[in-house]
Amino acid sequence: MRFFALIVVLITGTLLLYATVDMPDWGDPYSPANTHVSPRYIEKTIEETATPNIVTSVLADYRGYDTLGETTVIFTAGVVCILLLRRFK
Amino acid sequence: MTIEFKDVIIQTICRLLTPPIQLYALYVIAHGHYSPGGGFQGGCILGASFILMVIAYDIGEVKRRMAEKMNTIFCSLGVIIYSGIGAICLILGANYLDYGILHKILPVNPVRARALGTLGIEIGVGIAVMAVMISIFLNIASGGEHEGALE
Repeated sequence: MRFFALIVVLITGTLLLYATVDMPDWGDPYSPANTHVSPRYIEKTIEETATPNIVTSVLADYRGYDTLGETTVIFTAGVVCILLLRRFK
Repeated sequence: MTIEFKDVIIQTICRLLTPPIQLYALYVIAHGHYSPGGGFQGGCILGASFILMVIAYDIGEVKRRMAEKMNTIFCSLGVIIYSGIGAICLILGANYLDYGILHKILPVNPVRARALGTLGIEIGVGIAVMAVMISIFLNIASGGEHEGALE
């Protein structure tokens, strides 16, 4: 059984390594992410959101759903910690 | 077993440091538009100031300043502020979390309204992160008992 698991892990790892060959190079200026959304954010952040910090405008404005999910994850972690650990007498 | 822990130097330093730490945390939250920072980082610093208080004094000292019930309410209040601002945008007729529409109820133009909406949700995130940090630390450090000093 453990031999079988090793085989599965090896095959999956090989496939993942094979897939990374197709990814754009690190910092490639012509990759899709750098030619499509990044210039849009850099050019329009000030006039659309009046926020000089592009990271904040992407985090909280353009990608607001994502941050809502992150906040919910943190909230869930806190609630689960109370439920599992707190002992009421 | 808990050990009574009193050290004049540590407690005095804690008393002196806690207000600047909390002020700095509020600065990090409010200044997230112009410098690195925001709700997550500021909330962590705010929670760390309470954790410093647990370490220097004991858990009772923190629970006198931030009751457990209050802390649990703050946990959910942060998420409610965030999703509430999104729901207000929905009620005013825009998409969920599309803060531009907030200019209908705020005396600013749509672009500034987006910045203010961002600030609002950063405050919500900061409150939630602070309360969750305190809650997780207290529960893990005291094994759920919420009593006495740390061992």
